[in-house]
Amino acid sequence: MKPYPWLTTLLLLGCALPVQAENLPVARQQELTRFVRQECGFCHGLRLTGGLGSSLTAEALKDKPAETLIATIRYGRTGTAMPGWAPYLSEADTEWIVDALLKGFPE
Amino acid sequence: MTSRKVLLIFLACVVLVFPTFAQELRGTGDLGLIVERAKGSIQLIDTTKHTLLQRVEGLGDTSHASAVFSRDTRYAYVFGRDGGLTKVDLLTGKIVKRVLQSGNSIGGAISQDGRFIAAANYVPGGVKIFDSETLEQVADIPAYSDATQALSRVVGLEDSFGNRFAFSLFDAGEIWLADLSEDPRHPKLTQYKNIGNQPYDALVTPDGRWYVAGLYGEDGMAVLDLWHPEKGVRRVLREYGRGEQKLPVYKMPHLETWAASGNLVFIPGVGRHEVVLVDISTWQLVGRIPVAGQPVFVMSDPTGRRLWVNFAFPDYDTVQVIDVESRSIIHTLKPGKAVLHMEFTPRGEQVWISVRDANRVDIYDTTTFKKLGELPVDAPSGIFFSARANRFGL
Repeated sequence: MKPYPWLTTLLLLGCALPVQAENLPVARQQELTRFVRQECGFCHGLRLTGGLGSSLTAEALKDKPAETLIATIRYGRTGTAMPGWAPYLSEADTEWIVDALLKGFPE
Repeated sequence: MTSRKVLLIFLACVVLVFPTFAQELRGTGDLGLIVERAKGSIQLIDTTKHTLLQRVEGLGDTSHASAVFSRDTRYAYVFGRDGGLTKVDLLTGKIVKRVLQSGNSIGGAISQDGRFIAAANYVPGGVKIFDSETLEQVADIPAYSDATQALSRVVGLEDSFGNRFAFSLFDAGEIWLADLSEDPRHPKLTQYKNIGNQPYDALVTPDGRWYVAGLYGEDGMAVLDLWHPEKGVRRVLREYGRGEQKLPVYKMPHLETWAASGNLVFIPGVGRHEVVLVDISTWQLVGRIPVAGQPVFVMSDPTGRRLWVNFAFPDYDTVQVIDVESRSIIHTLKPGKAVLHMEFTPRGEQVWISVRDANRVDIYDTTTFKKLGELPVDAPSGIFFSARANRFGL
């Protein structure tokens, strides 16, 4: 009998979360902050409150799983104007962005 | 009265009267504004002297802000992303009036007679009409589509003759025409359904006759003849690019009233790195010119002889110039990262180009391509000259 079944779940969840994100160099984090505000901002707004693209505020994204958001950024969404950014953003970049978006994106 | 008192009164008079003397009389035909997209501000500019006159702050979220001008070219109406509509006096640099008219807006237009300002809104979805004098709301047109049973985001709001505004419903795939000529408080609406999937922007030709909506969700365009609106919306260029793999679009292209010359209109190929030439008399595709990336603005200079094209990420450091007659690229410029907009002086001898990441607006001679000057502007995006007041669809 496992003494703490919830602990395993918690650990597994922890592994699924974007842990590498923390390891991004500060300079890259700053680049990505600017990238999201400027390039994503064309459609989603500089303040990420949405436009032709959907709102990307923490409130608007709170029910969306991180994995879905990562996949959307990397591969785009068919049937919408959202393109895939994988050629320009690494997996670690994308995970950092999603993590930051869910927390409330830095200025 | 002591002589000291007399002197004080005299000085007070001088101080009070002096500004009238100091303020030189001037016209507004060579003025304009540049949007500072990150600061919530605009810079007022003089296109003759190549100077920044003044920064005007407090315009809210100015990312993707655009402007139209009053018919006396004294006032600019700036549409902000936060739904703000701000009336700015170009002569004094003061905000005359500001209203928050919606949750999320992207652009607008001014009526033929100059009496009404129309704002296109994403949230809640619709068009609002304002008195251009007072910015009081005159009419509200929610873009509720029976087909989708929902409000739609509105794009491609353009003005035309007869005090009419045409606009497209991005989510519903419809074009609506609002006629303010009889009763501005109750605009007469004509709705055209099933005009195509995801109209993303529109233009009207400089004569105000043709309203052309570009489609993102499928190939082709939707065209409405404003001489004969009873004939309905026509779909054109449906075969364009069929069977070809689309390239990713990292920024939505714009359609511009400038992009017309003689019988031709010039359209950015969506998902294709080319400029498309369409003959208005037949609505047939008559040429495709390969360019450096996904075109965003394809702008004809006022002589109609050349097109200036800028591009979406990642090719947005480049501007290409196309000779219309030979349909070839005759010049490529690299102003720097993030060229967001270009604006010609009214007769086209210069073009002003905003270079966002360089915090700079460059001024080029359109004949020699020589750089004439540059101005420091914080993250510049849209450039709008007051001469737009006298044109349809800008």
